[in-house]
Amino acid sequence: MAQKKGHRSLSSDDPEELARVPLQAVLLADSFATKFRPITLERPKVLLPLVNAPMIDYTLAWLESVGVEEAFVFCCAHSQQVKDYLNKSQWMKQPGTFTVQPIESHDSISAGDALRVIYNLGVICGDFVLVSGDTISNMSLKEALQEHKERRKKDPLAVMTMVIKHSKPSSLTHQTRLGNDEILMAIDPDTKELLYYEDKTDQSQRFITLDKMLLASTPTLHLHNDKQDCYIDICSPEVLSLFTDNFDYQHLRRHFVKGLLVDDLMGYKIFTHEIHSSYAARIDNFRSYDTISKDIIQRWTYPMVPDVQYFGNCSQMKLDRLGIYKAPEVDQSRTAQIRAFSLIGNGTAIGDHSVISNSVIGQSCTIGRNVSIQGSYIWDNVIIEDDCKLSHALVCDGVHLRAGVVLEPGVILSFKVEVGQKIVIPAYSKVSLLPQPSKQDSDEELEYADANSGVVESPSITSIANTRNVDPVPDSPDAEHSDTSEVGISGVGYIWSTTEGGHEEEWRHSIAPIPAEKLMEFCLSAHTDLGVSNQDVNSLPASGELQLDSESTGFDDGEDYKDSADFEKEVEATFQRVLAGVNPENVILEINSLRLSYDMSHADCAGSLFYSIMKSALSAPFSSNRELLLNTGKELSRWKDLLKNCLKTIDEEIEVLLKFEEMCLETTKEFAPLFSAILNHLYEKDILSEDAILSWAEEKEGADESDKVFVKQSEPFLKWLREASEDEDD
Amino acid sequence: MMDFQVVVLAGGTAKKLAPLVSKEVPKALLPVANRPVLSYVLELLESSNLKDLIVVVEGEDAALRVGGWISGAYVDRLHVEVAAVPEDVGTAGALRAVAHHLTANDVLIVSGDLVSDVPPGAVAATHRRHGAVVTTLLCYAPVSGPSDTGSSAGKDKVKKSRYNIVGLDPTRQLLLHIAAGAEVEKDIRVQKNILRAVGQLEIRADLMDAHMYAFKRTVLQDVLDQKDTFHSIRQDVLPYLVRTQLRSEISANGLHKVEDNANGRVSSQNYVTWMSQHREIAPSAYQELLALSPRSPENALRTHKCCAYIASKSKYCARLNSIQAFSDINRDVVGEASHLSGYSFSSQNNIIHPSAELGSKTTVGPQCMLAEGSQMGDKCSVKRSIIGRHCRIGSNVKIVNSVVMNHVTIEDGCLVQGSVICSNVHLQERVVLKDCQISPM
Repeated sequence: MAQKKGHRSLSSDDPEELARVPLQAVLLADSFATKFRPITLERPKVLLPLVNAPMIDYTLAWLESVGVEEAFVFCCAHSQQVKDYLNKSQWMKQPGTFTVQPIESHDSISAGDALRVIYNLGVICGDFVLVSGDTISNMSLKEALQEHKERRKKDPLAVMTMVIKHSKPSSLTHQTRLGNDEILMAIDPDTKELLYYEDKTDQSQRFITLDKMLLASTPTLHLHNDKQDCYIDICSPEVLSLFTDNFDYQHLRRHFVKGLLVDDLMGYKIFTHEIHSSYAARIDNFRSYDTISKDIIQRWTYPMVPDVQYFGNCSQMKLDRLGIYKAPEVDQSRTAQIRAFSLIGNGTAIGDHSVISNSVIGQSCTIGRNVSIQGSYIWDNVIIEDDCKLSHALVCDGVHLRAGVVLEPGVILSFKVEVGQKIVIPAYSKVSLLPQPSKQDSDEELEYADANSGVVESPSITSIANTRNVDPVPDSPDAEHSDTSEVGISGVGYIWSTTEGGHEEEWRHSIAPIPAEKLMEFCLSAHTDLGVSNQDVNSLPASGELQLDSESTGFDDGEDYKDSADFEKEVEATFQRVLAGVNPENVILEINSLRLSYDMSHADCAGSLFYSIMKSALSAPFSSNRELLLNTGKELSRWKDLLKNCLKTIDEEIEVLLKFEEMCLETTKEFAPLFSAILNHLYEKDILSEDAILSWAEEKEGADESDKVFVKQSEPFLKWLREASEDEDD
Repeated sequence: MMDFQVVVLAGGTAKKLAPLVSKEVPKALLPVANRPVLSYVLELLESSNLKDLIVVVEGEDAALRVGGWISGAYVDRLHVEVAAVPEDVGTAGALRAVAHHLTANDVLIVSGDLVSDVPPGAVAATHRRHGAVVTTLLCYAPVSGPSDTGSSAGKDKVKKSRYNIVGLDPTRQLLLHIAAGAEVEKDIRVQKNILRAVGQLEIRADLMDAHMYAFKRTVLQDVLDQKDTFHSIRQDVLPYLVRTQLRSEISANGLHKVEDNANGRVSSQNYVTWMSQHREIAPSAYQELLALSPRSPENALRTHKCCAYIASKSKYCARLNSIQAFSDINRDVVGEASHLSGYSFSSQNNIIHPSAELGSKTTVGPQCMLAEGSQMGDKCSVKRSIIGRHCRIGSNVKIVNSVVMNHVTIEDGCLVQGSVICSNVHLQERVVLKDCQISPM
């Protein structure tokens, strides 16, 4: 009793302590992304096995270990599977202080929606940990929580603490070892406040531009590209209401974090907590799946390693030397070799002379003779017949590889795929029993969060055409099965196609090592880049020492460019709405208000609108220049009135011409050969006046030869115009 | 000992300092605690044993006056050559004019208006240790404005004024970004490739370029030759060298020496680092690239090093480049930075020359200076002010936070506050001056 009293009086002046709330966590069991397709079409990402346990178990085990008492598991895609799993697992049964409660939603399309759902449920009553169900960590949250709470006491606007870790991205590929893009952060070294966050850096920009106001309150800031975002956040309850207030926030980082940092009206602040010796990482793509699996096997995540029972993995794994883990019942041929950093699951049989290195093999797999498995992940109940060769592949449950199959690096075989004899699956292929969803019937919402991630999925179902890429061995005996198969003879499955752009980037997020040619390419481009940027530096005008207020220092162009690019995009989006049927008059209003908010001139409006129109002309299919010209003509007549609205004076008309020239040189080179023809058209349709065209030509007189390409092209027309005007004067 | 040549850029008759400067008193000879400001730099250099100096002065007349004063004051102590350059050539122009005199490996360039106790030898040593092409002295920018004098104009300026935006590596030895002049007030634009090379960049707004640089001579001469539009060391040459450090374009003779230098191998080292990051995941490429690139001249990235020497916070560092700075420095040299003045202070923490005469009930407060031959009447009061030689000051005169130069006459009942009164000025009875600069011309 006395003790209790003492305790009370100690903390009585601390309201936080008086109203002590259990530490809560929100675990998002849906990444709202599509990077693990096709596997995630059949099973949610959080239930995919990582080394020998589903990812969500690692996250839950970690949450329990850091003292979380209530974890809300938010399930959306495949929610039933997640719930079933949780119900069966010991997480729901165990009586202890850690309770797991699933929250189901069927219409959430982003982390933002998920948090709004949770807000509406009203279950969060204090600071909470926000993680996704694919987070692997062994860090202690004590310090970070303490820091967060203390900051909150002093400053109620400090709503979030983000966990970060040192990780330097490669200077060649600009991605981290987890396959994530490089992240730029600016952090106040004293307060650890996050001042700037950019995870999708535009590689073509050579400069990072930081608002000068960042240095207004602090004399020093640290700009980092060597920190990794662990995606572990300690949030105050306000975070949930912020998501509700800003219903357009979808992505945790791209919308929420950046939104908070940019908005200085509300003054909310985000802080960082750096961990040094402990582990924290998130599985975002196949490359991080590979990296983190290796980290687990190499015990960086201790105690979350295969041979320690930290949750229901009922592990009796034995660790041999060289990082080889073996379940008790492995039927291994005496001549089979298991090399360093591998794990073999229970009930798996390995045939003679097979070699396994750097790989994880699940339970009850059957591996034939002379099989070579290198750097691969084989899940449960997989049958691999004799003489197969697998390198850096991911093979899901129930896959059957017949004799002599070769999986090249980066191959993903989804559940129950069967591959016929001696088939070579080319690098980076993804094979699934399910057809590739077309753009229309794919969960568009699911892709939302990832819309600009650069991984473009092909809109069409791949069919026989694609199987031709797979080299069937001509003398295959099982010819009779061929018509039932998509993956070679006696095989079952679709090979998903990746569009050109997608394939380009495929290597970034693959399990396969980065190909040597790619590195060479980067190396060489690094050199040429430097050449280019040298010119850029030289072109900076010099400024004078004695004129302190000289305005002649070089960078203005870049800033303008950024703003005007944004503006252009906005105008284009607005124009798209006209195409979608919005009344053009409203659009004129909208464009005008855009002009005011971006502080642009009428001429900029005219240029941007013209650009949008031309782009829409370009979007219609065409096979020849003639057709393009026709399309352009049609579009221009259609939008003439709209465009005329912006062309009040000759200045705007000239701007349109300059813009057109720039487009022909840069963004839409397709128009370059048609410049003169379109110019003629613009004149005939009364969009551009004679005066405007002639003064444009005059303006260009003194320009560089390279600038005069289009004037030259249009010379006959200009000549005709001049003569015509002279005639009139006479 | 150290192969360093020193160039002191002593300026001319800077318009910014009007009306304090004049034909008779060029900037270099403006008094700070009754000594020409240039003497502070010269003695600072002398203390680091840098005695071979070239002093560059703008304008023939000014050069003659400065030269005359130096030969009188330092005849046996320093070996000084005074060079005159036309006005408004800028600091880069001034150096171009004396470039043919430079022969040493490294050149130390100091502004003649620097009042500081940071040893130039330390800057030079840092420069040598890193094999840098340029090393610049950075010191803490004054945080608060002038003291209670608080002219409103001054306050506004202090709020706004930021001297430089500086980017440093985590060890704070490499200078990776610098914005000077008008750029300081704009958004900060950092080169990505430089950030990528270091991983972490410390961006600071609390440091200022103190206008003391050590340059590798060949590099300096090359840049001055090739970039004939460069006008200023601080705003052109230094930022140029900083931003090109990862892809140096300094001509071969300037650079190869750097690369031969053990410290200068940043480029090839970088290359190996790049590669080794990928050794694990792409072993074949690693070998190939290693063979392809490291030091073959056309492939190797040429780099050079720009370094910074950051003076500790306790050091004093100020440039006399504005009227405000003139008042501040004069105040500091008899106040918080009194060790710079070279005088010994009385127990009242002031300096009153024995030949000065004080009337009855006249008080001279702490942090004041009254030079030889000056006379003051009765019931005067002097606070935080400097009074020059042979001044005649009447009774009931109050002088606060001001500088009074030589041969000034102030009659009874005057009040002088926060002002500068140049030599030979005559103030009649009951003049009230507040935040003024008075000159006879």
